[in-house]
Amino acid sequence: MELRSNAPEGPIETRWDRHRFDMKLVNPANKRKFDVIVVGTGLAGAAAAATLGELGYNVKAFCYQDSARRAHSIAAQGGINAAKNYQNDGDSIHRLFYDTVKGGDFRARESNVYRLAQISVNIIDQCTAQGVPFAREYGGTLANRSFGGAQVSRTFYARGQTGQQLLLGAYQALEKQVEAGNVKVFPRTEMLDLILVDGVARGIVTRDMKTGDIRAWTAHCVVLATGGYGNVFFLSTNAMGCNTTATWRAHRHGALFANPCYTQIHPTCIPVAAAYQSKLTLMSESLRNDGRVWVPRSAEDATKDPNTIPEEDRYYYLEERYPAFGNLVPRDIASRAAKKVCDDGLGVGHEVDGERRGVYLDFGNAIERLGRQAVSERYGNLFEMYERITGESPYETPMRIYPASHYTMGGLWVDYNLMTTIPGLFAGGEANFSDHGANRLGASALMQGLADGYFVLPSTIGNYLATTKPESIDTDHREAEAAVERVGERIGKLFGAKSPKRTPDSFHKELGRLMWNECGMSRTADGLKKAADRIPALREEFWETIKVPGSGEELNQTLEKAGRVADFLELAELMCIDALHREESCGGHFREEHQTPEGEARRDDERFQYVAAWQYTGDLSKPTLVKEPLEFEYVKPTQRSYK
Amino acid sequence: MADRKLNLTLHVWRQKRADAEGRFVEYQMKDVDTHMSFLEMLDLLNETLIEKGEDPVAFDHDCREGICGMCGFMINGVAHGPRVLTTVCQLHMREFQDGEELWLEPWRAKGFPVVRDLVVDRSALDRIIQAGGYISIRTGSAPEANNTPVRKEDSDLAFDAATCIGCGACVAACPNASASLFTAAKVAHLGLLPQGQPERWERAQKMVAQHDAEGFGSCTQHGECEAVCPKGIRISFIARMNKDLLRAMRTARTPIEERRGGPPTAE
Repeated sequence: MELRSNAPEGPIETRWDRHRFDMKLVNPANKRKFDVIVVGTGLAGAAAAATLGELGYNVKAFCYQDSARRAHSIAAQGGINAAKNYQNDGDSIHRLFYDTVKGGDFRARESNVYRLAQISVNIIDQCTAQGVPFAREYGGTLANRSFGGAQVSRTFYARGQTGQQLLLGAYQALEKQVEAGNVKVFPRTEMLDLILVDGVARGIVTRDMKTGDIRAWTAHCVVLATGGYGNVFFLSTNAMGCNTTATWRAHRHGALFANPCYTQIHPTCIPVAAAYQSKLTLMSESLRNDGRVWVPRSAEDATKDPNTIPEEDRYYYLEERYPAFGNLVPRDIASRAAKKVCDDGLGVGHEVDGERRGVYLDFGNAIERLGRQAVSERYGNLFEMYERITGESPYETPMRIYPASHYTMGGLWVDYNLMTTIPGLFAGGEANFSDHGANRLGASALMQGLADGYFVLPSTIGNYLATTKPESIDTDHREAEAAVERVGERIGKLFGAKSPKRTPDSFHKELGRLMWNECGMSRTADGLKKAADRIPALREEFWETIKVPGSGEELNQTLEKAGRVADFLELAELMCIDALHREESCGGHFREEHQTPEGEARRDDERFQYVAAWQYTGDLSKPTLVKEPLEFEYVKPTQRSYK
Repeated sequence: MADRKLNLTLHVWRQKRADAEGRFVEYQMKDVDTHMSFLEMLDLLNETLIEKGEDPVAFDHDCREGICGMCGFMINGVAHGPRVLTTVCQLHMREFQDGEELWLEPWRAKGFPVVRDLVVDRSALDRIIQAGGYISIRTGSAPEANNTPVRKEDSDLAFDAATCIGCGACVAACPNASASLFTAAKVAHLGLLPQGQPERWERAQKMVAQHDAEGFGSCTQHGECEAVCPKGIRISFIARMNKDLLRAMRTARTPIEERRGGPPTAE
């Protein structure tokens, strides 16, 4: 199989423009004859569904939450990048493009990234017109801040709730289309399978989570905007319900899964307090602007009150190891450094499973230098959030932080049109792999979700429909009925384990711990092999002992969970296989065997400058690797250095 | 990091379906760690129920960061429990004392039928937004963002209203089961911004009409909504909405029912 990116050639500045002209249009009168299914109502899904509805297509949108407004895009705090250059500080579309390609450690497709940077400008206009209350200056114009180490201020923000405000904007646009009759939203409805007819995506099978009703929906094309798979680690900053089921079901039907080992770890989360912990909470990265990271130099001080540990016994490991950037080193470096000191037994905080995994983020100096008032103005709401969760005040005692899984750059492989390797199946937002390479820059996830949803998918879907002119099919088509039957059988299997005794969560936690240890922020060939060996056995045990009470014909949250864990148990193995094959370190993928003497990630461009897209073969342990070579015409690969 | 352990008695509302009869069922929780969140305590209860082959307690939750608005139930008669400005997912057990008895009930309102146990159907709130809780702007047709300056004070106030997470606590707390705070927050958010002016009066009318059609009661200024709102949305927004409504009646060129093709009805 050969992967064709379908990206236009020629000068990068005009590629998207020329592509838009080359694409075929659907006659306005014909649009309402086409049905489009959108799964997921986060930024990408809601924006796509709203825009497609507005264009006149007949849209059905599905989400597992009780309202489209609750998708996990809502939890994004920091902001959204755009190359507006409102600050006159030298930003431009080309600079945003350059920063994103470089930040992605040269593992993203240049054409896609350039388009993203171009569209970023329109996104801000669109959202502002919708009434998104971005932060403003006293003169009434939009405010910006610098984010994630960028040298320009290009991040637009809405206090610490940018994701919420952008999602509500998209949700409101969506609800307007519901009223207009162009879109139907199906909340509490989970996609459990894909319907293919002659190799083309023609619909989905869903389960109504309130009644258990399983049914088929057919359409002329299907969009998956179902987010990332960070919950494979069990503990992550994702919402509890985030899952891979839609993307994984698509993969099993032939959609290639790209770069599954590219996962992003966020350095500043509240550490795990105990084994019962259900999720991790992110603390904004901006805290590192004024907080100093340290651990005790001696393991004996781990349980001491940090305020009693004298200055000379504190190990400010980021400042010592990276004097130029200090506490502001990039996310992956800060994360691995924290892991290293905890591996060395210097971690602080609660003991969980015999170890302490936490480091101090200390505002003592900042309070001395700036005063409590100034620190409170900058970080007051974050301190309050921390206090609510931990019961400790960062004004009195240093905050404790530890890295956590936060975002997944990998996802379904898509071409320039955001179409997967299954014709008629599109993927947008975090669900696809396309724009962030091996590492995503801060404030770029919201930008990509909205670019895909508002601007890319509505054009490329039109082109697909105008070019292929698919015929309508009914839900009693034999392929649709077969898919419904498959889903019913699988649910039956979840209720019918031979010796039911273990809960879905117990499997999810075991898998998560294994993945976090062996396929987390630092990986080795031995560890990955160990995990890849263990996962099939765990899967087998799952199907033999999974215990789901109740029935499938009612609201059954255990059943929902079990189905999602079953899919994580399959994806996890592919992540390990991908991480094992990629004998280099790049972005979020760090292989201990491949580092510079200073401990930095060492890429191998000669051997690995490609997208690794995996094809399902029927044997989960033996997927086929298909490569999409990457070329860099505009941004020449260089090695990062933060010393 | 002082560790305390609690023994608690939970009385949890159990109801299999919307049309089934519900009742409180008692559960004893032993040695509850005070670092645990309230929902983690329920996770623990559910793990033991599943292991025993019993139906776990159904409750809604998703982000567990207090922003998605999915969670929420009554604890001893208070929406989201005892800590102010806090959703139940962010509530931790250190707020409770050893030996306490806790009564857990779903939101109670005609507009929010029970789905199961602590889970209710809040789709009425979506329909209120559908009635007009948006600014109409075709994708791609937006003008340059800085062409419309907005006074920072207006923008900040609009933001205060826009922080509503749509959890429904205001309805559950209100003796009239009114969703006025929810509706008013959206009316204010959009009505305070220059972009929201063209549809301002009609929006208020249409949203309030839908609110009433969903079976929510009227606001009689009890203030319970503001007291439980996890985002601290102020009741003064309701006054603002009522002013918009009055103004709308004066300026409307045609009766609202005519424009909508008959009076709005709930699904």
